[in-house]
Amino acid sequence: MDAIYWPSFFFLLFGGLACAFAVAVLLSSNIVRMAFYLVLSLAATAGLMFLAGAEFVGAMQLMIYVGGTLVLLIFGVMLTSQERFVEMHTWAGDWVKGFLAGGALLFVLIYAAFSIPAWRGIERATVEAIPAQKSVTPIAMGLLGARTDAPDRSGYLLPFEIVSVHLLVVLVGAAYLARAKRSRESKIV
Amino acid sequence: MINLPANPMLFANLLTEPVGVAHYVTVGAVLFVCGALCMATKRNALGVLMGIELVLNGANLNFIAFGSPYLRSDAHNLGLDGQLMALFVIVLAAAEAAVALAIALNFYNNHDSIDVDRAAQLRG
Amino acid sequence: MAPFLLELELFGIRLCPWTWLAYTLAGLVHIALILNLVAVGALIFIWLERKISGRIQDRLGPTRVGGKFGWLQTLADGIKLLTKEDLMPEQADGFLFKIAPYVSFCASIGAFIAIPFAGGAYPWISQHLNAGVFFVLAVLGLEVFGVILAGYSSASKWSLFGAMREAAQVVSYEVPLGMCIVVPVLIAGSLDLVVIGDRQAGWFTNWLIFHDPFTFITFWVYFTCAIASVNRAPFDLAEAESELVAGFHTEYSGLRWSFFFMAEYGSMLSVSMLAAILFLGGWHGPIPVADLLGLQPENGFALGYLGQLLGATNVILKGTIGVCVMMWVRWTLPRLRIDQVMTTCLKYCTPIAAVMFLGATVWLFNWPGKNFFGLLDVPAAVYEISDGASGGEQIPSVVTPADRVAFEASTETKNKRENL
Repeated sequence: MDAIYWPSFFFLLFGGLACAFAVAVLLSSNIVRMAFYLVLSLAATAGLMFLAGAEFVGAMQLMIYVGGTLVLLIFGVMLTSQERFVEMHTWAGDWVKGFLAGGALLFVLIYAAFSIPAWRGIERATVEAIPAQKSVTPIAMGLLGARTDAPDRSGYLLPFEIVSVHLLVVLVGAAYLARAKRSRESKIV
Repeated sequence: MINLPANPMLFANLLTEPVGVAHYVTVGAVLFVCGALCMATKRNALGVLMGIELVLNGANLNFIAFGSPYLRSDAHNLGLDGQLMALFVIVLAAAEAAVALAIALNFYNNHDSIDVDRAAQLRG
Repeated sequence: MAPFLLELELFGIRLCPWTWLAYTLAGLVHIALILNLVAVGALIFIWLERKISGRIQDRLGPTRVGGKFGWLQTLADGIKLLTKEDLMPEQADGFLFKIAPYVSFCASIGAFIAIPFAGGAYPWISQHLNAGVFFVLAVLGLEVFGVILAGYSSASKWSLFGAMREAAQVVSYEVPLGMCIVVPVLIAGSLDLVVIGDRQAGWFTNWLIFHDPFTFITFWVYFTCAIASVNRAPFDLAEAESELVAGFHTEYSGLRWSFFFMAEYGSMLSVSMLAAILFLGGWHGPIPVADLLGLQPENGFALGYLGQLLGATNVILKGTIGVCVMMWVRWTLPRLRIDQVMTTCLKYCTPIAAVMFLGATVWLFNWPGKNFFGLLDVPAAVYEISDGASGGEQIPSVVTPADRVAFEASTETKNKRENL
């Protein structure tokens, strides 16, 4: 028997939280609560990323994903705060079909994941021997097209440029779509 | 069936041995399935959007897991490529959310509701 | 140790190397220190705010409680808040209403995880993150969540309006704030707060605020945006009492209400400390007292510890001064209108920050390795702090002129080779 291995403990903690809150998002019917659970789930996932040694991506996850969800939350409040729209129920049949399909998919995915021996983790002594690696500078260099970690792999300068132009286009497009075209006539539905 | 490691006490084994890619992929799978079900069952457009976020997040977690040196031996490791891919996914998810929210806002302007079941007509 | 302790097992996990206990204790000590800083800090800051506002308005402020200067006033207030009835509106969403203040408070405390109090080879920091600045910025942005949840769940129009204003304001001000933070990151060549702080070792001439004219302006833009992002006057639209009763915390009372205030003072301290580390030398005082007296870890543990203590005092003192300036601003300037708040952000702060960023880039390219408006050289010791990349390869965090010559030479030869 061995002593406790802390990263595994924190994996169980964060992984459990991420899964539990994801299920809570699914089962909740109040949009603001859903957003709140989603934030907690995403934050727990950021914890998992920190645990896997991806500090920069974890911080980015906290900043962008969680920040993006913040905006979702605001929209949720704005667009559904009237009493009659707060809860939109799903029909029971949909739930049954959904859970059958989802459960089958989940079973297949987990079975597949654990059926590959190389994916089950490496020896404790080996893991503890891996030196801590700083990943921020290599990521930055990778985005600029010069890989310092693996010189034989290609850099990401072109995707980086494309993504930045894409973001600009999306911003302009979203602003165009969402602009106030006409004053809303209140229709009784 | 699944060949579990020799130790019968699975829980204790999880606590004393390092986790592997498979464990991360499991969490990713749960997030993915929850997101997919959200997209399928929610009638609120924002709920569908949250489902999409969960799905992307599960995929992201897989990228991180396959790129992490702590979870898998270095021979077939994605290395930093995993993290870089995850960064792009996050950025694209943000862009997608912006457009989707703009559409939701427009939809609300036209229908006074964001129930996606009402989006059954082509005329706005 | 008694032999039976060596063989203790729990669910098949050996307890014997009591490292788990040590880790737990170390974690608890960190949490306790940070909690104390925020909670005791809030006690002092609230008293300070009363005194400062009193003096600014030509009155005395609290004088009675606790003898001189009324220094126990906040404690008396705290006891009053503890004993007040905890009210919740009937229409409120109970779960979210109850949890909202704690969300704010946790985010406010969470930022301190990655803020160093002293640097050097053995930094005083709860979790030394490679992407520290980014993490702090991300966590600080989460504080607004609690406010929005509070505004929504209170089932009150005033609360909802306050929360919406705060959301719009914080999301907008994160853009110029991030741009301002990028400038010191650019100069230090690292996202690591410890590296950024130690880049400014030595006399005050090495502080990044004096690095070039652009960083000097950037600091003031950063401070403005920081005030806005922690919702202090003149940007406290979320709790504008002249229009919104009390904004997002209209329906709160007692302990939950005080949690919002602790969160506010905590994040004021954290943005001020971040400003101190990014621009004002961090744990290095204006005069390098620790270096002159030899208070360094090389000279033994006790001296090194004293030096670090001096550094931590420095950082906290600078943070406190920043908080005092925020108070001074609050009691001097009138509150802006919401459109003026957005104009300040989008039409002034963001463009200025963008231009300063460009200017600092050009400056750094033209005069690398210079400090104090290009008049002094960067001390040689700074070059030794480099952000080591993985695989044993060293990437210099500060590009020296020699590096540039070497780089240009290598690209030239490469170009020649390609031409051939």
